[in-house]
Amino acid sequence: MWIEWTIAVRFLREGRTQSALIVIGIAVGVAVIVFLTALIMGLQSNIIQRTLGTQAHIKISAPDEVNLRLPSPEETVQLVLETKRAQRLRSINNWQQVRDLLDTLPEVTAVSPVISGPAFARRGEALASVALIGIDSERYRRIIPIQDNIVYGQFRVGADDAVIGNRLATDLGLRVGDKLRLDAGQGRDGVVNVAGIFELGVRDLDARQVYIDLKQAQSLLDLPGAATLIDITVGDIFRAEQVADRLGRLTGLKVESWMETNAQLMNALRSQSLSTQMISGFVALSVALGIASVLSVSVVQRTREIGILRAMGTSRRQMLIVFLIQGALFGLAGSLIGGISGCALVWAFNTFGPRLFFIPVDLLLLLFASALATLTGVISAAIPARSAAGLDPVEAIRHA
Amino acid sequence: MPERDANQEVLRLEGLRKSYNAGQPTEAEVLHGLDFQLGRQDFAALVGTSGSGKSTLLNLIGLLDRPSAGELYLLSEPTTAMDEQRRTALRGSTIGFVFQFHHLIQAFTALENVLMPWMLAHGKPGRAELELGRSLLAEVGLQQFMQRKPDELSGGQQQRVAVARALIMRPALLLADEPTGNLDSKSTAEVFALFRRFNVEFGCAVLLVTHDSRLSEKCDRVVSLEDGRIVSDVFQKASIL
Repeated sequence: MWIEWTIAVRFLREGRTQSALIVIGIAVGVAVIVFLTALIMGLQSNIIQRTLGTQAHIKISAPDEVNLRLPSPEETVQLVLETKRAQRLRSINNWQQVRDLLDTLPEVTAVSPVISGPAFARRGEALASVALIGIDSERYRRIIPIQDNIVYGQFRVGADDAVIGNRLATDLGLRVGDKLRLDAGQGRDGVVNVAGIFELGVRDLDARQVYIDLKQAQSLLDLPGAATLIDITVGDIFRAEQVADRLGRLTGLKVESWMETNAQLMNALRSQSLSTQMISGFVALSVALGIASVLSVSVVQRTREIGILRAMGTSRRQMLIVFLIQGALFGLAGSLIGGISGCALVWAFNTFGPRLFFIPVDLLLLLFASALATLTGVISAAIPARSAAGLDPVEAIRHA
Repeated sequence: MPERDANQEVLRLEGLRKSYNAGQPTEAEVLHGLDFQLGRQDFAALVGTSGSGKSTLLNLIGLLDRPSAGELYLLSEPTTAMDEQRRTALRGSTIGFVFQFHHLIQAFTALENVLMPWMLAHGKPGRAELELGRSLLAEVGLQQFMQRKPDELSGGQQQRVAVARALIMRPALLLADEPTGNLDSKSTAEVFALFRRFNVEFGCAVLLVTHDSRLSEKCDRVVSLEDGRIVSDVFQKASIL
């Protein structure tokens, strides 16, 4: 390999301008791919983080109630006129056991039983419909870090203390320390103190969610000792779907992952990734064509030298390798420069850009891009290399 | 260097034919059955007008092309049926080429060009090969120019580098195609003198294609080719250099 390598390097050095131009071309392509990929990955992880910052990865609830039907006897036709059942607020059976079971699973990082139901919040004449959420604050804060989003007061739930959203506070003119009447219908109501006001940045949540103690919520919603939901977070958010499947089979309950609840978002992210991949693909294709054309020109320019080398005992294989090495070197050099430029672009974006979100650069992405560019170089060199190896030495030497 | 049998046969042609576009209406036979033999000590010129088949014959002898019929023995080995890889290897190890347009590789220095055939066959040159390359360049009078690139040398100097390169593998046969075609008379004399010396010192057969009668007169043997046939094969007392 030594001589093939030496010839390849000398050829590249001799055609310095040509080599430099194509390496710059490759570098630009690789830089675009690295920057674009990092940008989109940063953007997506940012979106996902924001989305998951306000919701559990997996929610478990009691299975929907359905009408039970008598099985029809053999060879009869059953005509069914069915009125769907209303889904009343119900507790998960044996939720304590389910909770304890979930606590033991390694892929599950936090478990929080919740009771959630509708109510009205009233202050004086003002009325707002809210979602009552009864929580065990120690467990719940590991699911959604509300304590980090408190804008007034503190995150304290229990003993008639409630935490409400900023929007609701504005609507009802509430401040920390004020009293709030909660009316869950059918004459069940209670008064709580506003201990803290949070702002999650999601309008709907900030306008509707009222966090109170689990026990208080149970009595307001008339479900003593109940939990209607179990919120769960998992280690690997992209495995939430699989974990949810497993939990569904394990518990026999209704299990939904964030990927299901946010199908639209997932779809958008997938389309975004796809379009990025397409752009990268086309950039890579044009880089490959660039390498191939530069090497093809080089084969024509060096026809006579190739003929001489062949006459001196260079085998076809050796000639092939010489040009494949040139392609690989183009790819490698271009991707190194391009990778560094891509990182510089990312750095510039993080430092001088709009600073809406931070783009991390994955070292693996760089390695992958370099390996891919080198491989692309070898593949695109294949055609010119074959034509170089296929040159008839007699013809080639005669070539003026 | 190892003692070589002075009368050893280097090259033998038996009924060698070559046609182009075989099997087609445009088929044209260029060589019509040549028989010819060359020994170690031979210093022969191959002469003929252009179109006589000289270059075709040279390409066949140099294993750059295959005959349509007949057999070509190189060091008593039949070569026609050999696969391409064997032919390439045999070409590299037994034949030294010198072309009209010196044909050095621009990206390499004079010394590297000389070592190229060896490097192609064996890889990185060791101390012994570097020494051999240097001594060959010294023999052709270029010891000061070893690190120069071809475009920094004159035409005559480049041709002398090409001669040194042809000899690095200690070939049994040196094939020269109009080696002095584009050289002035002084350089021509120098290059020819080198061929002479290497023929004697290295025991390497020389076959020189030329249509310069002043050059062919100085050879021991003159083979004339006309319309694809050998019309005369004359052993002559070479004129004094």
